[in-house]
Amino acid sequence: MTSSLPSQDHGHGSAPGGGHGMHAKHNLTGFIIFLLSESVIFLAFFSGYAMLKLGALDWLPPGVEGLEWQTPLINTIVLVSSSGTIYLAEREMARHNIWGFRAWWLLTMALGAYFLWGQAVEWSGLKFGFTTGTFGGTFYLLTGFHGLHVLTGVLLMALMLGKSFIPNNYKGGEQGVQATSLFWHFVDVIWIILFVLLYVWQRS
Amino acid sequence: MTTSAPFDPRILKSNAPVPGAPDNWKRFFSFNTDAKVIGIQYISVAIFFLLVGGLLAMIMRGELITPENDLVDRTVYNGLYTMHGTIMLFMFIFPVLNGLNNLLIPPMIGAPDMAFPRLNAVAFWMVPLFGVILMASFLLPGGPANAGWWSYPPVSTQNPLGHLISGESMWLLAVALSGVSSIIGALNFVTTIIRMRAPGMTFFRMPVFIWTVWAAQTLQLIGLPALTGGAIMLLFDLVVGTSFFQPEGGGDPVLYQHFFWFYSHPAVYVIILPVFGIFSELFSVHSRKPLFGYAFVAVASFVIVFLGLIVWVHHFFPSGVPEWMRNLFMVTTMLISVPTGVKVFAWLATIWGGKIQLNTPMLFCLGGLFNFVFAGVTGIMLATVPIDIHVNNTYFVVGHFHYVIYGAAVMGIFAAIYHWFSKFTGRMYYEGLGKLHFALTFIGSNLNFFPMHPLGLMGMPRRVSSYDPEFTFWNVVASLGSFLLGVSIIPFLLNMISSWVRGPKAPQNPWQAIGLEWLLPSPPPAENFEDNVPTVISGPYGYGTGKPLVENQAAYENQQFQEV
Repeated sequence: MTSSLPSQDHGHGSAPGGGHGMHAKHNLTGFIIFLLSESVIFLAFFSGYAMLKLGALDWLPPGVEGLEWQTPLINTIVLVSSSGTIYLAEREMARHNIWGFRAWWLLTMALGAYFLWGQAVEWSGLKFGFTTGTFGGTFYLLTGFHGLHVLTGVLLMALMLGKSFIPNNYKGGEQGVQATSLFWHFVDVIWIILFVLLYVWQRS
Repeated sequence: MTTSAPFDPRILKSNAPVPGAPDNWKRFFSFNTDAKVIGIQYISVAIFFLLVGGLLAMIMRGELITPENDLVDRTVYNGLYTMHGTIMLFMFIFPVLNGLNNLLIPPMIGAPDMAFPRLNAVAFWMVPLFGVILMASFLLPGGPANAGWWSYPPVSTQNPLGHLISGESMWLLAVALSGVSSIIGALNFVTTIIRMRAPGMTFFRMPVFIWTVWAAQTLQLIGLPALTGGAIMLLFDLVVGTSFFQPEGGGDPVLYQHFFWFYSHPAVYVIILPVFGIFSELFSVHSRKPLFGYAFVAVASFVIVFLGLIVWVHHFFPSGVPEWMRNLFMVTTMLISVPTGVKVFAWLATIWGGKIQLNTPMLFCLGGLFNFVFAGVTGIMLATVPIDIHVNNTYFVVGHFHYVIYGAAVMGIFAAIYHWFSKFTGRMYYEGLGKLHFALTFIGSNLNFFPMHPLGLMGMPRRVSSYDPEFTFWNVVASLGSFLLGVSIIPFLLNMISSWVRGPKAPQNPWQAIGLEWLLPSPPPAENFEDNVPTVISGPYGYGTGKPLVENQAAYENQQFQEV
């Protein structure tokens, strides 16, 4: 009966041993569609935040003057520059310089981790909590949900870094690296919008 | 993204029992990555939940056959309509459509399988998972969620028993899982359609069903994340005590309605668009004529996507919505009848003067089209702000959307199941039982849902278990109709099971239809065309034109694939 199995090589352009589920180009298409879809959650949160803020009688809870913006600005600069370093890492990859890739990649991870740490420091110094009206609710919802994405990005980068040590793994470039990089730029753009909405737009 | 794939999916996918692999029927109970297996898994699970949701509906109709509240407790009744709506939408209609997508997309576009077969299987197996979560909520001390399937705050954020695991939190969990599953599915379908078509199959050579699925799944990708966002905020309100939707904390309950309907209105198009595709395919085949205005019918799907995203406020005109918003959304809602009308007239022109074959799939299509036009007329009425405010939250609305969902969409789905049954089982269904099923469904659905319109105009509110005696007559009629609908499913189940087990063997192309899926044997082999993907050389629906669909067509017709 085994002889009636379909022929071994299916010619789907898949990597040897990749089997049926590996359609190289589809992964990136699928990932881009996923990111577009994911951005709608943020859009929903942003528009919800704007509607609540515009409709509020007293936006700031009692005892809260506003948000301190200097430290988050440093955080922003760190995150934006990490978009540059991940680009450099990808360029090294394209030049087949695997150690150059690893160095820039690791630096990007460090910048991402610094951002998370800065976020944690900011959270711990705040005088309001998640349940402090819609001001506290939207603040923690937006920064928390974005922070989860940053964390996911750093973990994905760690995974890709680990995979770079498998011999010859990244010879022809790597889908996962491209996807992670796209994800990282996405997280970055979301943060810029978030920074404008939360820290720049303080007057209600 | 893994580089080493130790298992070969083809072993699971083979039609023949392979040593150490699940044999033929057992594959339907395994984590199988074959789209054709997953499709049948989806449809079977969905039909099981159709029975569950239908049973809940019949209990409600049993309650409503008399004006008094005498069959079930009022709280139980609230749980019944909440769970009926939730089960029918998230457990029946989305899964059954995803089942059809899985069965039909790859063969119709000449692809071997979906773009991401393993994700596809994951998306399917989440359905029984959240089904169990949803059903388990019946066993909780406070009963299942009972805030209606909209789950509007502040009703939905009441938690009288104070438990963390309440009917409402289970409901939110199930809906969130359903959303994840649908997004994974949509990703898969859209990627497959964009990237895996047969050579020569340009966008304007795709069957309309593929166009409509593409449009519908695009809506899922845009709309579902918004609902997920709203559901996350509602969950925080319920469990953590935030006040996004709580007025006492500065929140806004109407904001939830925006989130909810931004998805849940387009969800109606997610349901009805593939059914438009089914109508387009079947009217053409069973009238032996090319589809009238193919390009317009195809493009109208995306016009509906665009307009469908900007009409959501019409669901809550009375909820303190500003006047300008009401007027704006009234206009956009009415505009949507233009692309829809394009399709309806195209179908009428297609069957006009055709050699109509009144077999079961065609009867279901005609019945579905009749019901759809009726629902379209009441839809225009409801779009009008003054009428909507008058009949809002009455049975008029219930009647309207049941005509769309059951009268049109479910009848279209039945049509598709009968039409493609032979292709995927290799057996023919029994025509007599099919026609009986059609007659009972058509009469039952009209008997059940038509009386809701006069009831609504008379002012009977929805979601009540007792009512004034003057509403009795129409309620009795509707209840009888619902029991008839319950009976109508019996010939369907009999037909499906008996013809799959011992029905007559189906030929490759019983309808003399034109389409890539009909160039495959019945049932198709695991990877469809494998390496012999045909090159498409003309558009679909070439009935009566004599133009071949693919290069070297004769080789594919009545081919002898290697028998397994």
